[in-house]
Amino acid sequence: MSLTSDDVKRVAKLARLGLTQAETNETLTQLNSILGLVDQMQQTNTDGVAPLAHPLELTQTLRADQVTETNHREKYQSVAPQAEAGLYLVPRVVE
Amino acid sequence: MSQITDLTLAQLKQALDDGDLSSVEITTAFLDRIDSLNPELNAFITITHEDARKAAADADAARAKGKASAFAGLPIAHKDLFCTDGTRTTCGSKMLADFVAPYDAHVVSRCQQAGLISLGKLNMDEFAMGSSNENSFFGAVRNPWDPSRVPGGSSGGSAAAVAARMTPLATATDTGGSIRQPAALTGTSGLKPTYGRVSRFGMIAFASSLDQGGLIAHTAEDIALGLGLIAGHDPRDSTSADQAVPDYTATLSDPLKGKVIGLPTQFFDERLDPAMRQSMNDVLDVFRSLGATTVEVSLDHIAEAIPAYYVIAPAEASSNLSRFDGVRFGYRAEHPKDLTDLYERSRGEGFGGEVKRRILIGTYALSEGYYDAYYKKAQQIRRLIKQDFERALNQCDLLFGPTTPSTAFVIGEKTADPIAMYLEDIYTVATNMAGLPGGSFQAPLIDGLPSGYQLTGPAFGEGAILNAAHQIQTATDWHTLRPESL
Repeated sequence: MSLTSDDVKRVAKLARLGLTQAETNETLTQLNSILGLVDQMQQTNTDGVAPLAHPLELTQTLRADQVTETNHREKYQSVAPQAEAGLYLVPRVVE
Repeated sequence: MSQITDLTLAQLKQALDDGDLSSVEITTAFLDRIDSLNPELNAFITITHEDARKAAADADAARAKGKASAFAGLPIAHKDLFCTDGTRTTCGSKMLADFVAPYDAHVVSRCQQAGLISLGKLNMDEFAMGSSNENSFFGAVRNPWDPSRVPGGSSGGSAAAVAARMTPLATATDTGGSIRQPAALTGTSGLKPTYGRVSRFGMIAFASSLDQGGLIAHTAEDIALGLGLIAGHDPRDSTSADQAVPDYTATLSDPLKGKVIGLPTQFFDERLDPAMRQSMNDVLDVFRSLGATTVEVSLDHIAEAIPAYYVIAPAEASSNLSRFDGVRFGYRAEHPKDLTDLYERSRGEGFGGEVKRRILIGTYALSEGYYDAYYKKAQQIRRLIKQDFERALNQCDLLFGPTTPSTAFVIGEKTADPIAMYLEDIYTVATNMAGLPGGSFQAPLIDGLPSGYQLTGPAFGEGAILNAAHQIQTATDWHTLRPESL
């Protein structure tokens, strides 16, 4: 499978990743060579092999349903580019 | 006594315990060395002079009162991917160039509780994506053995700082080889523990099913000391294993007589560089002289590890890195015209080239219609790789091979070709896919540059790896070799 310039733009859009035209062109070549490497996987017969998502295959442990965290909103928001009155500010979405 | 900065962590601890050195003397010696070498090597992104000096004075005072914890006053430096409350954590990225985390990573807290003093934050490939440390927003790190060469990556700052004696111990992380490959290229010891052995809380995530924190130092003994501090269950990381932590130093001196070292045939086929083969044979001769035997084993699916890794790691990265949106923390583009523009430009301007490539590959692999061909296929191969390791480790105690195909390459040599860079990790990624512990330790020099051998053990077999490496280090002096220029 080989990507086109339009594919790269579509995927960049999905990832909300701004690319310049020059970046798109350069990336296209590199992504295609990476996908060429990745396509070596298709030579391996994996019929009937269960996918492995997690190396230890542990079951998730659950904790008691109790409040353990205190409120850190002020500290966490202190690193935001723009926050006010406990809210994160972004450009207007709804007119 | 030799120069303070030449000492290992164990030797420094002994000198502190015996009263031969104070923490202020030790801390000052390392800070002075950092100040003199960092302008050339660029191993540190942030140096915390004042905090370190104050902590050293406090540690000396506590020791004088007999109230110091075991490691009080000994130096460490953290890869700049471990969050540190009050000191910026950049992850090697423009995206986080001014980010000060509001909490400490579990590993950082554990080190602090033990009394270790942080000297600063270490350079790395951006978001731990890279094998040369050339992908850092803060510039490439140089190899202390030859400043025209790379130190490896992504924990290049950690490895270079230890190799140059700027710190005796450094934290590092390994997703596909990022501890072991730089350790090999800089003549240091590095251990990637079993997945789940060390909490990932406060480690900025790259690929969550592969990432694992570990250490780089001069010796297996020092890593055994450090691992005892940072390993163990942490409820804040749901993948952290609830397993007792053994005393890793207690088994260092176990004899190797009767131990079986497995040699994967795929690591020693005709593609192995002759000089690297000679280096590996030199190490194996020592293993045999210590009473270990060797057996050939097979890792049938090792060739598919890199292709499958370059689906799984980017897929998980594309998901993890979606948090960098210019809204809650990190870089925000100026004058966004709407919310989409804010997202796209903040991410487009804040991430470097390799990070963008991996986000795009991961997003593509996970996009509608491609899941079975890419992500599911890669996870199936992942199981085959894990089964290969299980079979091989049934026939031996540890697996042995080269850590890297060659010694450190020249800066710029592989930057234009992502595939050539990815193949640097050809011997290391499979270990992460299987979640197993792996260590890289010093082998003989090749043309004046370090080479490293890799030991892979069964899950939670860190003690066996460190034991074997310690026995080799007791019988040889490869781990004491240092760059002539330093």
